[in-house]
Amino acid sequence: MSTEVMDLSAVPETWTRRHLLDVESLSAEEIHVILDSAVAFKESTANCTQKMPLLTGRTCANLFFEPSTRTRTSFSLAARRLGADTIDFSSTGSSLSKGETFIDTAKNIEAMGVDVVIVRHRTPGTAELLAENLRCSVINAGDGAHEHPTQGLLDILSIRERRGQIAGLTVALVGDIAHSRTARSNIWGLKKLGAHVIVCGPSTLVSPRWAELGVEVSNDLDAIIPRCDVLNLLRIQFERQSTRPFPSVREYAHLYAMNHERLARAKRDILILAPGPINRGVEITPDVADGPHSAILEQVTNGLAVRMAVLWLILGGNS
Amino acid sequence: MNVRANRPLLIEGGRVIDPSQGMDRITNLLVEDGRIVAYDAISTGDQEVLDASDKIVAPGLIDMHVHLREPGREEDETIRTGTAAAVAGGFTSIACIPNTEPPIDTQATVEFIRHQAVLADQCNVFVVACVSKNREGKELAELGQLVQAGAVAFSDDGAPVYDAELMRRALEYCRMFDKPILNHAEVRELTQGGVMHEGLVSLVLGLPGMPSVAEDVMASRDIALADATGGRIHMMHVSSVGSVDLIRRAKGRGVRVTTEVCPHHFTLTDDSLRSFDSNFKMSPPLRSQKHVNACIAGLADGTIDVICTDHAPHALEKKMRELDQAPFGIVGLETALGLVVTRLIEPGHLDWPAALAKMTINPARILGINKGTLAIGADADITVIDPTVRWTVDPTKFRSKSRNTPFAGWKLQGRADSVIVGGRIKYQAPAEAAEQGRRPARAR
Repeated sequence: MSTEVMDLSAVPETWTRRHLLDVESLSAEEIHVILDSAVAFKESTANCTQKMPLLTGRTCANLFFEPSTRTRTSFSLAARRLGADTIDFSSTGSSLSKGETFIDTAKNIEAMGVDVVIVRHRTPGTAELLAENLRCSVINAGDGAHEHPTQGLLDILSIRERRGQIAGLTVALVGDIAHSRTARSNIWGLKKLGAHVIVCGPSTLVSPRWAELGVEVSNDLDAIIPRCDVLNLLRIQFERQSTRPFPSVREYAHLYAMNHERLARAKRDILILAPGPINRGVEITPDVADGPHSAILEQVTNGLAVRMAVLWLILGGNS
Repeated sequence: MNVRANRPLLIEGGRVIDPSQGMDRITNLLVEDGRIVAYDAISTGDQEVLDASDKIVAPGLIDMHVHLREPGREEDETIRTGTAAAVAGGFTSIACIPNTEPPIDTQATVEFIRHQAVLADQCNVFVVACVSKNREGKELAELGQLVQAGAVAFSDDGAPVYDAELMRRALEYCRMFDKPILNHAEVRELTQGGVMHEGLVSLVLGLPGMPSVAEDVMASRDIALADATGGRIHMMHVSSVGSVDLIRRAKGRGVRVTTEVCPHHFTLTDDSLRSFDSNFKMSPPLRSQKHVNACIAGLADGTIDVICTDHAPHALEKKMRELDQAPFGIVGLETALGLVVTRLIEPGHLDWPAALAKMTINPARILGINKGTLAIGADADITVIDPTVRWTVDPTKFRSKSRNTPFAGWKLQGRADSVIVGGRIKYQAPAEAAEQGRRPARAR
């Protein structure tokens, strides 16, 4: 972690990207640039909500083809705090419904003169598809079960803030790994920064093949809890499951919900994250979610800082 | 250039490889009145002469798995454009698959296809008709009448014949006509929503997977049914370690099973999907390297009888979509031969006679058609191949109406130089393509 707050007068030379499509292709250095910038934004805006006019005259388009509250709001607010204009396009139905393709929709929005498109879509690869077909910058705000880079980065920032560094920590991602874009972005980012990553959940949602990527695989939360520095509790994505991968929610909660009994067996300084929205009583009991180990609300605050950092890095350097 | 049917054509100095006769030698081949009439023929001066020196003279290539899309989806391909693409790829005969709109399940539709093919006047088109009425998988189509109309085989491809009882009856019934059932082996419950092979790459990309076991389970059922009924099953586009192995063992104990593989399944892996490009989306999906290796091993040991393309044209606007919205399939007619030469023959997996057998006499025998041979008296369907020419795949030059290929920009070796159908030259490679990167001609 940098001891000095980053200078926000110019985008660092180490940042050369026009898009943020995934964490998998970022270097550890690039991740640190984003996190350090986020810290700088957080400190600059900590005591006031005054705007920082770094992106005045720029326009950010939210292109959300899947329901979202916090990510879309967070990106909008981040853009406005930087002085940029925002436009919102939401379509929960298929873009096919009016016969227009997803790419055409995006091109139409781009033609209104936007500098960056922030896209969420149920299909993996859609951010990549837009990056190839649009001239403006593209930020992936979640593509199916593939990646959700700003969520992964804000989770990592929340860990770094509390624990000082990532290297050497044991971080378990618990739950629906199969359908979680947040899990994938976390796995890449945490590994690049030197954490030991465990994926834990029912065997139908946690492929043993993660081991081939250097990730520890577990189906037994109780067995790994005592070793973990951080638990990141992922939401069960009922909407992405074509067949139910476990017998009942009740059984899932019995085996994998983070409750005070399990907390009692964890390290005293264990940090608990949950990228919202959370299913209270399924992945996490309310006492744990609202308890002192939980960083759930810090995650939301850090989300805003990370998104300001990403927008600034992507748009601030190529004016 | 068209040669008048009554003027003899002398194909001079080529290496004639005809697996149907076990022939591989340099000779002159004489064609007259649309038939092969003589070997070791001498120029008499009143013949049309085709110089085939440094070329391979093969029986006209056969692709037994082509989606011509007509009737119903003429925006993707027509019988005219599809057959034009076929001859440009070196094919003199193709079998078209009946998942058209309407599907080919009546005599009238079979006759429509055959008539359009005659009008297109490019290559021979053999019709594969539906196993079930309206391709719904519920009751048998009128297979006997379809045979009378000229159908050479039956398939519900696009979908498997799902009902085991229907498959059993189809196999039993077709014994009467000695026609094969071509099945797309896939257990749908296991591939529901899938867009790519289930493996490490799908795990990383978060894309829903289609596990290879979905193919293996259906292949196993079909082999058991063929064994029980004595019918002929032809497993379409095998792509998995499991199904190649099942077929190998079934053949070993005498089950009447044959199979085919597509060039993309012996050249590409699921790693290509990292680009999220829908031109890598097909069914069965591109699998991992061990499955590719199994396909190559199956070709080499004879388990896999046929190389086919599963030519599946889709208009650009359909493929330029989110990966889950884009349709499965790629075009293949104009790249298949180059891929066979570059990826099977040059690396030594197959020699020329073995490779050509899988594109000539083997599919002819499976379909029961009088093609795939250069025996005296046979139809003069001949593909003259330039085995050394190097060329770059340029989809904008395709004769197919669609451009959905994953091989754009690939540098390939070997392509059709001249294609003769019924004694008439239907295709000659453009001169610039033949000159590009060509090796010095061998002294004669």
